[in-house]
Amino acid sequence: MQTAKLKRTSLYVSGASPINMIQAAFYNEDCLVYDLEDSVPNSEKDDARLVVYNTVRYHRPANKYVIIRVNGIYSEYIDEDLEAAVRANPDAIRIPKVEYKEEVIRICQRITEIEKAAGMQVGKIEVWCNIESYLGLINAYEIATADERVVALALGAEDFTASMKSHRTKEGLEIFYARNALLTACRHAGVEAIDAVFSDINDLEGLKEDTALTRNLGFDGKTCVHPRQIDVVNSFFTPSKKEIKYALRVLQAVEEGKKQKKGAVTLDGSMIDKPMELRARTTLAQAEAAGINVEEELL
Amino acid sequence: MEIKQAAMVGTLESSDIQISISPNPSKGISIELQSVVKAQFGDAIVATMTEVLESFGIKDAIVNAVDRGALEWIIRARMQSACCKATGTRFDWKGEDK
Repeated sequence: MQTAKLKRTSLYVSGASPINMIQAAFYNEDCLVYDLEDSVPNSEKDDARLVVYNTVRYHRPANKYVIIRVNGIYSEYIDEDLEAAVRANPDAIRIPKVEYKEEVIRICQRITEIEKAAGMQVGKIEVWCNIESYLGLINAYEIATADERVVALALGAEDFTASMKSHRTKEGLEIFYARNALLTACRHAGVEAIDAVFSDINDLEGLKEDTALTRNLGFDGKTCVHPRQIDVVNSFFTPSKKEIKYALRVLQAVEEGKKQKKGAVTLDGSMIDKPMELRARTTLAQAEAAGINVEEELL
Repeated sequence: MEIKQAAMVGTLESSDIQISISPNPSKGISIELQSVVKAQFGDAIVATMTEVLESFGIKDAIVNAVDRGALEWIIRARMQSACCKATGTRFDWKGEDK
């Protein structure tokens, strides 16, 4: 079960492929990203824009958080992409290769202008910023706080490593700092952090290892490039029964301690501190967002 | 609006439609459709294409379409692209606000 609030998985689907767009609605991804950028050849930009516009505006899939990734801020396509994307009224517009807060401010102003011109509710469309260079990473906090529309930053590892002159590996040591720096900026700004794709769609074991790291670091979700990655990634961001039960026991112990006016409480011989309580609350929030009835887990 | 050049958009992949438009000066609209679902949905497909032609104010054109089971909004999008290319115009996004 999914809710519109979950952002565990974001699946890119090319605006140049109607068959992929139609099929994408039937997978379990939380966020469906209709792409106008890298997956669309320059000769097909105008065609893809109209296909994505008509799909999102008139036949958007239910129970998905719908995103349109527009072309680059300095590309010849961005103006018309925004005209189409805003009028399509998605949940969010995803901006690639953001490096400065001024870029976000300019794009958000343009979104507002189009919303007003089209007679739409102003401010409803959210913005995701892709961080894909060392400059974007350095300015991540400013980007995340540039406008109230910004709700998420997403790491783009391929372009980031290219900008760093580093080599992309499956182990991902070359993006370890970037992942942590992006997360830190997102947590401070109060926006969600979305991790980079795992590019080898045939290596599901590698995907599991990579996603375990993604989750343990604290990311809220991960971008996927192929439908077969979705269920694996979702599973890592959905708390297990054991985790839910433990979280419930932690919070019960905290409540019991408050009733008894105890300064410190313990569970299974270990002291429960504030971070443990916070983690327990996060676990339950993730479980509830995934449609799990946490009260039933106690039975 | 006048057809200035022949144009072709779309693909022959499943769920898509390939549409080509060419000039047909002073001879009205001629639509030729090939589709595996022509018996069931041929009239609806032609109606969608006709509606888009009318929205562009195109009165004379030869349209050839090869449908591979495209849904209505894909047909509409492909037809809009074809009309833009054939008339040499950009899509009127403000027209969508009506």
